[in-house]
Amino acid sequence: MSGRDHTVAGRLSGPGNRSWPDSSGRFGAFGGQFIPETLTAAVQQLADAYRAACDDPAFWNELDVYLADYAGRPSPLYYATRLTDRLGGARIFLKREDLNHTGAHKINNTLGQALLTTRMGKPRVIAETGAGQHGVATATAAACFGLDCVVYMGAEDIRRQALNVFRMELLGAKVVSVESGQKTLKDAINETLRDWMSSSDTTHYLIGSVMGPHPFPMIVRDFQSVIGRETRAQMRAQHSCLPDVVIACVGGGSNAAGVFSPFEDDADVRLIGVEAAGEGVGKGLHAATILAGAPGVLHGMHTYVLQDADGQTSPVHSVSAGLDYPGVGPEHSHWHETGRVEYVATDDKQALEAFSMLCETEGIIPALESAHAIAHAIELAPTLPKQANIVVNLSGRGDKDVVEVARLLGRDVSA
Amino acid sequence: MSNNRIDRVFSRLKATGRTGLLPYITGGYPNLDATVALLRSLSSCGASVIEVGFPFSDSIADGPVIQDSFHRALSNGLKVEHLFEAVATARRDVDVALVAMVSCSIIDRIGLKEFVDRSATAGFDGLIVPDVPLEEAQRFVEETERVHLKNIMLVASSTPPDRSAGIAAMSSGFLYQIAVAGTTGERASIANNLPGHIAQLRSHCNLPICVGFGIGNPEQVAEVAQFADGVIVGSAIVRRITQAVDKGSPMEKWIESVTGYVTQMVAAT
Repeated sequence: MSGRDHTVAGRLSGPGNRSWPDSSGRFGAFGGQFIPETLTAAVQQLADAYRAACDDPAFWNELDVYLADYAGRPSPLYYATRLTDRLGGARIFLKREDLNHTGAHKINNTLGQALLTTRMGKPRVIAETGAGQHGVATATAAACFGLDCVVYMGAEDIRRQALNVFRMELLGAKVVSVESGQKTLKDAINETLRDWMSSSDTTHYLIGSVMGPHPFPMIVRDFQSVIGRETRAQMRAQHSCLPDVVIACVGGGSNAAGVFSPFEDDADVRLIGVEAAGEGVGKGLHAATILAGAPGVLHGMHTYVLQDADGQTSPVHSVSAGLDYPGVGPEHSHWHETGRVEYVATDDKQALEAFSMLCETEGIIPALESAHAIAHAIELAPTLPKQANIVVNLSGRGDKDVVEVARLLGRDVSA
Repeated sequence: MSNNRIDRVFSRLKATGRTGLLPYITGGYPNLDATVALLRSLSSCGASVIEVGFPFSDSIADGPVIQDSFHRALSNGLKVEHLFEAVATARRDVDVALVAMVSCSIIDRIGLKEFVDRSATAGFDGLIVPDVPLEEAQRFVEETERVHLKNIMLVASSTPPDRSAGIAAMSSGFLYQIAVAGTTGERASIANNLPGHIAQLRSHCNLPICVGFGIGNPEQVAEVAQFADGVIVGSAIVRRITQAVDKGSPMEKWIESVTGYVTQMVAAT
């Protein structure tokens, strides 16, 4: 298969080889299936279909072709020399997920799930989207596989992200405005689950992150783990070593789970997840779920959540719409409890500074989500020796964010 | 005979060959005084069990009518504590069986043990937690039993027979059959396959079987009453409350009208 010929690591995609989750869909104390009975048959069917796909090399061979020839994988691992020199510490490498088709890591998951959808014989996919990145990646994969596609998006987000709405429509998707609750991402997830309650016979819920009821967190992690597998092989091939530190931003946590999980057993590799501190934890609204939240139930999973004392979901904020979520994937909660991954938070201001620094030093405009991970690397690199290697997962490109950044910097870029 | 009001009411219904009517109201909606007044009014119009929904910010199983009632109640600052107080107030002069319908998100935050204690103290007779699956149910069974509450679980038409047998084994009071594949809310018709599902369910379940989701008028109640032990009506009631409130109707007046509607449905059983 042509996809396999292009890769540094042999096969690009592959099922997870991790011991988690257990047979009940738990990552330690977290995960599970907290869903109405109406959805139980649908998630069971999905788990069965995914298990069958895991045992079938033809599935992964086919996915490899799409990842290579359609999405443009493998993505490069780039040594950011000018950023490294500016900081005067550890060497910084960027895993260039921003160079994938559609400009982010999201396509790794949507291609995998779209292929799984065709295997289940379902003609329709539904998805939630916040800022529109997962919606665009889903609409793209749906067009590529000839699937009907409906994307639920909060009315508030539709107003803020009109260009992505049009992009999804160009790709043949129907975008449904969600008017309930706070009219943002969490409400879009609720609405997609409600659609799925009545449509699961013909429809797959193409979820966008390592969240929701089992088996979604496992499936999305596995489809994203191509990032970490490539990173491992590229570091080995180019530098004959593994990285000392891997940094990724965490909203729902799919890019982080994808780059972290292949390093989970490498005890010497520090893994750092960067949450969005928004206006500042303790100062204002934020989305630092692990750092400032507590275990609870949301969207079908037991995980860290931001809730009030009655279990009602708290309002969240981040300059980055992709990190603006009051929950986090259950495997991250597990990694936090076991200490395998360190979680830190970066506020809006630090993320914007990192955004500008990467633009100026490397000629790369990062997504505001990824800028959170860059910001932590900027803080960490000067404290480490020059021979240390930091990999930052540059999960997406920032073209989508330039209008918002201009607004925040007080610049008028209207035509 | 059991002291639990849910057991008593279904024994009475069985002895008289009747089907129960189980109205659902959103707790604290449009306000706590209305909840107390509604519980009093509905308890004297022949309702067998009243379900009180605890508003939740992110309910997956509910359609637009109940979601909207949740959102409005929460926007008014409703807290779980206030709802327990209102139910306790109504319980002083209301003897109808009361069931709390509440998301696992709320119970997990407050703590299961504390939540069931407070439910029992407030005067509830049972608990429905629609987002707790069979696999997680054991601790709910144990905690509700400790305070003599019923643990009422749901089965869907898509639930395989061995699984519904497992759910029935974990349930007490009654079993809740979901009538539609979808969220709560009124539907034009009752699914053709529903009587068949109930018949199959009875082969491995001795509990009363109540049917809810999508049933909203006396004709549908009469149809479902032919094969169910109880009929649950929710969105149709909440929608009438919302319409009355939005028109500025005085509370006494709309409670009378909603109670009249429930009375019609009781008559249809």
